[in-house]
Amino acid sequence: MNNASFVQGAYLVATALFVFSLHWMNDPKTARRGVMSGVAAMLLAVVSTWAQPVVVDHIWIIVPILVGIAVGWPLALVPLTAVPQRTALSHAFGGLAAGLVGTAKYYLWLGEGPENLTKFRMIAIIAEIILGFLTFTGSLMAAGKLQEVKWIPQRPVTYPGQNYINLALFLIAGVLGVMLIVNPTADWAPKIFPVIIGMALMFGVLLIIPIGGADMPTVIAILNSYAGLSAVAMGFVLDNKLLITAGALDGSSGLILSIIMCKAMNRSFFNVLFGAFGQVQAGKALGEGKVYKPETPEGAAQILEQASLVVIIPGYGMAVAQAQHKVRELYDQLKKRGITVKFAIHPVAGRMPGHMNVLLAEADIPYTDLIEMDEINPDMPQCDVALVVGANDVVNPAARYDKTSPIYGMPIIDADKARTVFAIKRSKNPGFAGIDNELYFSDKTWMVFGDAKAVIGELVKQLSGGSGMH
Amino acid sequence: MIQEHAAAPATDYWSLLFVFALATFIGLGVIRRVSRLLHTPLMSITNAISAIAVVGSIIVAGSDYPLEIKILGAIALFASMTNIVSGFLITDRMLKMFKTEPRTPEPKKLEGGKS
Repeated sequence: MNNASFVQGAYLVATALFVFSLHWMNDPKTARRGVMSGVAAMLLAVVSTWAQPVVVDHIWIIVPILVGIAVGWPLALVPLTAVPQRTALSHAFGGLAAGLVGTAKYYLWLGEGPENLTKFRMIAIIAEIILGFLTFTGSLMAAGKLQEVKWIPQRPVTYPGQNYINLALFLIAGVLGVMLIVNPTADWAPKIFPVIIGMALMFGVLLIIPIGGADMPTVIAILNSYAGLSAVAMGFVLDNKLLITAGALDGSSGLILSIIMCKAMNRSFFNVLFGAFGQVQAGKALGEGKVYKPETPEGAAQILEQASLVVIIPGYGMAVAQAQHKVRELYDQLKKRGITVKFAIHPVAGRMPGHMNVLLAEADIPYTDLIEMDEINPDMPQCDVALVVGANDVVNPAARYDKTSPIYGMPIIDADKARTVFAIKRSKNPGFAGIDNELYFSDKTWMVFGDAKAVIGELVKQLSGGSGMH
Repeated sequence: MIQEHAAAPATDYWSLLFVFALATFIGLGVIRRVSRLLHTPLMSITNAISAIAVVGSIIVAGSDYPLEIKILGAIALFASMTNIVSGFLITDRMLKMFKTEPRTPEPKKLEGGKS
């Protein structure tokens, strides 16, 4: 009894610390305190649980913990461009843990105390394993796509009747789940259970297969939410309020992030998950008369030197080329000339929420110069040079008026309102959404073709060489 | 185990659902105010926090249960622990990079001057 109160008390403190941990994330100044608070909460939860008298086999705890540390440590040291896949991978681990604990509890109670398998618990167990295992394979697929693993198709894979097949699979899993909930101890129940697991695993794969790279920020956020909800379901199964609160915090975080991502693309959840963006293209070519105006880094450097406000618009291309450090050098060169330099960050730039901010912070750019889309857009008409680095769809003016465009209605950064636009692009191929960007054909746009890192390196060289001669 | 058997049939699920609803509202309120700059670290820290599944895994792996059950628990414990360690570490690593002032600019100036 005393012990139970001790554990509940520790859980209560841990809950509060988790809430504070997220609260402190509201400002970069206090955010690291949030990590400390989270670590303290987790330690408290682990130690107080471990100290319970039911836990008798300590070696069974020590070994997995050590292996977990051995695997987790290197995962924390990946280059920051690999953060999206690391995040997806950890959603997979979260889903797996929930699914396995649900499975273990079901078979345990089936064998040792069928009276434990109440309706409420069965509902929770079914929710836990479906959410857990579909998050597991779904996130693995997402991580594979982000890591560009060879045997996982990068492009969205679609086939006729895809959504019906998914829906059918989900319905069958649901019906089997209901059968188990009604009849958890029937003879056939232990055989149906693995079937549900199998279907959830399959569903996770099928759900992610039709999703392309540009939708990854939303999908990662949704999977984040599922991972949290599976922890909540585990809390219902185990009658554990700490699991419920911590899972709910994670679930609501995933929910808010997915809403932000969806809004930033002007799409609904349903559309992201079932719309197979990037596959079906109207194939509407722009007028033949339109041509790119190429520019050399030398010419671009001269214009940049004359500017008083430069806005750099980074996209996934910057991450791919690992160009953030060169961008920082360019930032330094321009600042040295008294030019104001700001970064315009679109919410879905990159492959996960906030991806660009982290990369630019890594390159030591003060976060006060990283400006959100909504805040920078009013200043764009005053901007002398907009420098687009590996971004594409987020600056496509077609989103404003072209109703046939797949990105119609998506809020964009108003690069086209700047006096001059330079776009650094690796090739003449269209971006991830597979559409031509008419910004590139505008009168005030000059294209600088080449690898983002090389081009910006060249710009820096021009600027530093120029200043050296004077 | 025995204590579990006795407590089992009467899960007070209403109070659990209340906790869930309230925690979700708190979560929505707190997360809404998180700086947009920090959405990537936010995702990695909530990841680490949802690895609270570690609590369930410890009970399943460490109790006196049949072997197959304990194996499932041990794998779950491994997965959660991986998330705890990598989640908190990488969050801190990223947060350290967010600064208002740049570091001393170009420490390698001497070599770079000629190029």
